[in-house]
Amino acid sequence: MVDLRKVAIVGAGHSKFGNRNDVNVSELAFEAVKPSLEDAGVDAKEIEFMALGTTGAGAWYEELLPAVVVAEYCGLTKAGLIRCEAACASGSAAFFTAYSAIASGKTDVAIAVGLEKMREIDTPTVMEWIGRAGYYLWEFHNFGLTFPAYYALYANAHMAKYGTTEEDLALVAVKNHKYATLNPVAHLRKEITVDDVLSSMVIASPLKLFDCCPVTDGSASLILASEEKVKELKIDTPVWVAGIGYSSGTANLSKRPDYVGLEASVLAAERAYKASGITPNQIDFAEVHDCFTVAEILAYEDIGLCRKGEGAKFLREGQTEIGGKVPMNVDGGLKAKGHPIGTTGCSMIYELTKQLREEAEKGRQVPLKNYVGLAHNVGGTGHYCYVTILRR
Amino acid sequence: MSSMPSIKSREIKIVQDIPISRTLKFWEGLKEGKVYTTKCVKCGKPHFPPVADCPDCLSSEMEWIELSSEVEVETFTHVVIRPTSFQQNKPYTVAIGKLKEDVKVLAWLTGFKMSEIKVGMKAKLVAKITPEGNPTYEFVPFE
Repeated sequence: MVDLRKVAIVGAGHSKFGNRNDVNVSELAFEAVKPSLEDAGVDAKEIEFMALGTTGAGAWYEELLPAVVVAEYCGLTKAGLIRCEAACASGSAAFFTAYSAIASGKTDVAIAVGLEKMREIDTPTVMEWIGRAGYYLWEFHNFGLTFPAYYALYANAHMAKYGTTEEDLALVAVKNHKYATLNPVAHLRKEITVDDVLSSMVIASPLKLFDCCPVTDGSASLILASEEKVKELKIDTPVWVAGIGYSSGTANLSKRPDYVGLEASVLAAERAYKASGITPNQIDFAEVHDCFTVAEILAYEDIGLCRKGEGAKFLREGQTEIGGKVPMNVDGGLKAKGHPIGTTGCSMIYELTKQLREEAEKGRQVPLKNYVGLAHNVGGTGHYCYVTILRR
Repeated sequence: MSSMPSIKSREIKIVQDIPISRTLKFWEGLKEGKVYTTKCVKCGKPHFPPVADCPDCLSSEMEWIELSSEVEVETFTHVVIRPTSFQQNKPYTVAIGKLKEDVKVLAWLTGFKMSEIKVGMKAKLVAKITPEGNPTYEFVPFE
């Protein structure tokens, strides 16, 4: 393999997440792009390449060529443009694309933007679009699977095999809501109890309303640069890309070997550890894909931070809170910070950057020993997976 | 949709015509009460859903087999909150069942009491025509 150049994150920006019917899709992107450029001290005209992660173009928002629209609105026209789609991992796919442009030597400064505007249409239609995002012909057309239902299939299987309970799932929501109250950009900034989760309306059994992430609008933006450019820009705390791993799973859930973990996550994590030379016990903290509470428990196990079947125990012991072994989703996670689908990967990497620079808000800065963080971003129900490891 | 000032986009209605000529026997079979699928002649691998091309060896030489009917439920969920195009349906149960041919099928599970539905239970795979006249397949109790 050829030698890749080192790549650093030199600027990061993030919009407020939530119901953002006060802005259109371009204006929403601007809220993340501008602060990321300012953070890096880079002029928009210096950006050579933009990768935009977004899924809902023409579906839940009206623009069909969002990369072009965003570039025009943010002064990035003339840069190379690409729109990346990897469902809920589109943001990580965009980050990987921008990273590759620099690592390969083709580009010196690139921007990765995650963008999603999901609340311009009604909620059942949002469920329709996301439910179709598996194998429409075989698993939606006649059977109307929804996104919560896909993960509910995994939840029931995990509960049957390992004795995970609905209370365990609820604890994920309680933890992530608690941290969201400390994160000013989070969508749901309200503490909840296990009883609140258990008594909320059933969406797709055993998942209830508070087991599910909200439908959220939001954007996040990252400026990436080569090592030479980092020096030229005099960046004092560059955050380096240590390694990226990716994999995928079958479109049809009926083709999966089991429903107690996501193979795509296992493989993507192994590949990210290999690419970075970092082992799971060196990870100081992580962002894991908790679109539904069960997904966070699967993630602990799949990325090797605890043993298979012991995710719920790991959670109950408090190992994934600040003060535990590996704090996870201390920005509120997808569950409470919100999950603007194509934005999430960039939002996770934004959070890693912020934590690694020790700039997180009071009460949610994680302790750093190795200065290493991991972002685990799943697209669909293990249809895609990207794992990104950063190091300061 | 919004309490903030907004304008409505132009409306479009999209309905796709999805070709089924290469898996026609499957769709026709459902109308005759049978669930067929394809098996690769070259590598011997059975596939569900049926395919015209084998993803394991990339051969396009397929034979049709009729699936057995007994399935073991590997997982399930009761879908209460439904998407737009299923709003007229009552809440439904989706399950994934494994067959002895070593293929799995995802379909609705009907005719059971909620309390009877468990991982590991047995059910019968049957072909069916929906009240709207569309061919489908379901898991139902053995008589």
